[in-house]
Amino acid sequence: MSTVEQTLIVAPTEPSDAGITANAAAPGTTSAPAQPVAKAASPARAALRQFLRSPSGVAGAIMLLLLILVAILGPILWPTDPLEIVGLPFAPPDPDALLGTDYLGRDVLAGLIHGGRATMTVGAVAAFITIIIGVSVGALSGFFGGWIDSLLVKISEFFQVLPPLLFAMVLVTLFGPKLTTITIAIGAVSWTPAARLTRAEFMRLRDLDFIKASRAAGAGNWHLIMRVVLPNALPPIIVSATLAIGVAILFEGGLSFLGLGDPNTMSWGLMIGQNRNYVLDAWWAVTFPGAAIFLAVLAVSLVGDGINDAVNPRLRRR
Amino acid sequence: MTLLTHLFGRLANAAMLLLAVLVLNFCLIHAAPGDPVQVIAGEMGGASAEVIAALRAKYGLDHSVLQQLVTYLRNVLLGDFGYSYYFNQPVLGLIAQRLPATLYLAFASVVVAVVIGTLLGVVSARRPNGLLSHIVTVLSLAGYAAPIFWTGLLLLLLFGRVWPVLPVSGMADVVHPKAGLAYVLDVMTHLILPATTLALVFVAQYSRLARVNMIDVLSADYVRTARAKGLPERVVIFKHALRNALIPIVTVVGLQFGNLFAGAVLVETVYSWPGMGRLVFDSILRRDYPTLMAVLFFSAVIVIAANIVTDIVYRLIDPRIRGGAR
Repeated sequence: MSTVEQTLIVAPTEPSDAGITANAAAPGTTSAPAQPVAKAASPARAALRQFLRSPSGVAGAIMLLLLILVAILGPILWPTDPLEIVGLPFAPPDPDALLGTDYLGRDVLAGLIHGGRATMTVGAVAAFITIIIGVSVGALSGFFGGWIDSLLVKISEFFQVLPPLLFAMVLVTLFGPKLTTITIAIGAVSWTPAARLTRAEFMRLRDLDFIKASRAAGAGNWHLIMRVVLPNALPPIIVSATLAIGVAILFEGGLSFLGLGDPNTMSWGLMIGQNRNYVLDAWWAVTFPGAAIFLAVLAVSLVGDGINDAVNPRLRRR
Repeated sequence: MTLLTHLFGRLANAAMLLLAVLVLNFCLIHAAPGDPVQVIAGEMGGASAEVIAALRAKYGLDHSVLQQLVTYLRNVLLGDFGYSYYFNQPVLGLIAQRLPATLYLAFASVVVAVVIGTLLGVVSARRPNGLLSHIVTVLSLAGYAAPIFWTGLLLLLLFGRVWPVLPVSGMADVVHPKAGLAYVLDVMTHLILPATTLALVFVAQYSRLARVNMIDVLSADYVRTARAKGLPERVVIFKHALRNALIPIVTVVGLQFGNLFAGAVLVETVYSWPGMGRLVFDSILRRDYPTLMAVLFFSAVIVIAANIVTDIVYRLIDPRIRGGAR
């Protein structure tokens, strides 16, 4: 959970050349407001080409696709119900239960395959919430400045003094360990890095000539924010969205580990949380779901790094 | 602005933030489903109508919400964070008992993480494409992606089952209690696994950060000048380059203190370390709201304190800021 913030903190301080690349296409924005979207296709394609050249990024993307595929095709691949008791508790891996059974005698492989669905859905949806809140706050703050900025910065500062995992834990305890509560709680506590990043991008872009030109051409604030500034601020936001998925997956694990998982939905975190007391008797029941979380977060962060390198050429040589 | 006025401003801001945390706590408890008194009564194992009425009066629940907020704030200012019915004692006492063990663990991890992380970063920065550099990159990725409770459980498995050379549970040997120096050593042996587990995540980050900073700093003009003067490489690295590369690390250590604290909660749960982590775990299990809210409040206190300390250290080690501030 914790590592991630770090990456998000570092990312904004490193000047992003991505915006400048995108700005090359920007003169079009002054004449026709609809154009930046069309023009943006070319830098995006260039970034994709660049991304495909990074072996680790491609490896991450393949891992991620595989994990998603398994989660989608799960019931077809391994129809065993992950919540159903199929044998004796703590049965070690053998041909009947390939990865053994857990403390209740449930199939660990079924848990892995079906649990990925819940864990990755929580990760994706929570990251989406994080980015929506973070980008909205950061965009308003950076675009308008003045008292709106001061107010929103104060609010962000307030959220930053509460350790995200502990805050999420309190929220889930108070409002009940359901998958929706968990997802919303994770999204609601981890938006500040995205807000900081977006704010910095908006402040940097706000005074550039093509934005001023758009404004002079009569573009309203809403149009400027959504159609002119935001598309140019997107590359670092996409990177931070990718990383946010990793954070959310780790958070789901951490919350479940503390006993705040949804007991009615199998997830990787829940498997670890429920079996952790028996780790010395049944290593498989904890090791495999942990490895699954590890692989998912690794895949997501490799993809994030790959995108970052692709849209941020200055840092590539590192 | 002198350091002192600056500090005063920070403290005033801190007070405002903590007040806001208390208001948030209050709102959360009120927004949560269920009547708080019923919850408390439930924790007591059921209560008579008189007791419930007494509790209502005690927490001022028969008053308006605004009045309740004022009562709550006044109680907290007087040091009354409520009463934990599960532990059967005032929450403040509970926190005071558990906090030292957690801080102990957190500080040990920070020291390990900063020292090892920086060294790895420095060494790998000298040859950005060397083998060690690649190892550091892989390690920092792995440290980032591995859930901390999972690495903890794996280490527990390794040292509890496969190679039992280290204690994997608790803070001291309770079967054969030690005294004096032997006790200190005992606690330190018990600390090795939790502190290492917690440090791993941060070693991963700091080595990555130190590496990037060192690569930047090593290409700076003043480092070239130092080399041109014929200074030994060791002096160039540790005196000229490292000092400058450390500044961003100090900032991040401060910013990360909240995450460190949250990580400690998870690690303590793995190794039964008798700090805040166990307290959090038990209070979640028992729905002990007063304790949980107090933990959230004190974690905010710790984060704010860490930020202020970082700010001061930052000003002390970076002469540019010190000069500018006066």
